[in-house]
Amino acid sequence: MITTYWVAFRTLIIKEILRFSRIWVQTLLPPAITMALYFIIFGKLIGEQIGDMEGFRYINFIVPGLILMSVISNSYANTVSSFYFSRWNKHIDELLIAPVPNWLILAGFVGGGVARGVSVGIIVTIVASFFSDLAIHSYAVTLTVFVLTSILFSLAGFINGVFANNFDDISIIPTFVLTPLTYLGGVFYSISLLSDFWQTVSMANPVLYMVNAFRYGLLGVSDISLPLGLSIIIGFILALGFYALSLMRRGVGIKS
Amino acid sequence: MFAVKITDLTKRYAKGEEALKGIDLTVSAGDFFALLGPNGAGKSTTIGILSSLVNKSSGTIEVFGHDLEKEPELAKSCIGLVPQEFNFNQFEPVDEILINQAGFYGIPRAEAKQRAEHYLKKLSLWDKRKAQARELSGGMKRRLMIARALVHNPKLLILDEPTAGVDIEIRRSMWSFLKEINQAGTTIILTTHYLEEAESLCRNIAIIDKGVIIENTSMTSMLRRLNQEVFVLDTEDAIDDLPTLKGFELTQVGESSFEVSVAKESGLNRLFSALNEADITVLSMRNKQNRLEQLFIDMVGKKS
Repeated sequence: MITTYWVAFRTLIIKEILRFSRIWVQTLLPPAITMALYFIIFGKLIGEQIGDMEGFRYINFIVPGLILMSVISNSYANTVSSFYFSRWNKHIDELLIAPVPNWLILAGFVGGGVARGVSVGIIVTIVASFFSDLAIHSYAVTLTVFVLTSILFSLAGFINGVFANNFDDISIIPTFVLTPLTYLGGVFYSISLLSDFWQTVSMANPVLYMVNAFRYGLLGVSDISLPLGLSIIIGFILALGFYALSLMRRGVGIKS
Repeated sequence: MFAVKITDLTKRYAKGEEALKGIDLTVSAGDFFALLGPNGAGKSTTIGILSSLVNKSSGTIEVFGHDLEKEPELAKSCIGLVPQEFNFNQFEPVDEILINQAGFYGIPRAEAKQRAEHYLKKLSLWDKRKAQARELSGGMKRRLMIARALVHNPKLLILDEPTAGVDIEIRRSMWSFLKEINQAGTTIILTTHYLEEAESLCRNIAIIDKGVIIENTSMTSMLRRLNQEVFVLDTEDAIDDLPTLKGFELTQVGESSFEVSVAKESGLNRLFSALNEADITVLSMRNKQNRLEQLFIDMVGKKS
């Protein structure tokens, strides 16, 4: 049975990777262009006027946040669009009738999200290396946060895909929730610049912990403690993972 | 051995509609079984529950001895489904649809490619293997769904109106293909609105109406119940005045054709003797209505 599961998982991952690779102009190219513009405008043009932040050139300071922002948005976008489209087009039936348990279906879609998140993350990192002095303080922390954040937002995208009833529903959360949380999650600034009140408010933003944990991995500085950041990411992964599985067990959005 | 054993299956949808009211049904291994019923009778709900696409409210289903709830993976691996609506990714190449489906059943990629080639050739889709599914014609899409359902060599094939919207030539070729795989040992459950299809293919039959099985028998014993058949006869010469034949009811439908209603006990020999005596030469003869269709309408009509 383990071999059967492995073949099914591998099939689902290959299918997902082929899906986003076929439309690379829509999935892989835009983040590279957008991030190059961020680096030019915020890093070079405006950043030169800002000076150092937390002891780093401004462009070096924002690189971790921008890479993670790409990972977050692309992991989320991949699972929400892929899962919702499979429901809308009904080809989710191919998986539901097959001897594939729910956890494996979830793992396959999340794996696809991680594959795209990581691919885009690597592309953006390569683009960043042309504009900044990219150095890695801790490979272990960098890779751990990179992958865990991708898993977390792939799960979130999956849940959005379960509840979406039309194509508008898959863009509402990214536009009105994800983007503000990411921009206010310390991508472009250190929260030490904020007043005590806004620092406290910022602490309620889970993206802040991810951005800072990732920044620690690359630069060795962070506004929050690393263990707390990692605990929050893992806590969210477990909570969203169990919730997604309970939705699947009840057949929400996929069975009548 | 039973291919399918359904016990006291009920389904109540969220809006309160009771689609299945405790049905019991068994299908023997190797059978070619028809599940018929009018629209909204519960056929698709039964098929949906059997193929794990619809949640049941209560009851049990066993597939080749495996309880669908307790041993879902074993039960599911026995089933191949050809649904009513196209449900493949329209943007995926044809061969990938089959290779992926095989993969979901644990068939390694190299073997999956061989099986995909076999079934695509068998169903005359090999030339289209690299085309996106949306580029196929309606008949090709139906054949693609059959190929996809067979790629893991299921012991049970469920076909939910597989020939809907398919032209007669393709329908006939699909029938002969289905007969072939049934003869090779695959159990087939078929739902269809073409009762001629059920009559010519299936050995056993169940009729479901308003969520209840109202008939479950062999096709032969079902057809034996037909007490009266209506035939259309074409004559050599034009008929000016239809004769009165004792025991038969004749109605003129054209210059040289008429309908005759024949009761089971009268027999066709008597009819032809009477026509001979009336000096009418018959060139051809056909059933006005499919025999099963006549029975089906009678049975479902009586219940409603």
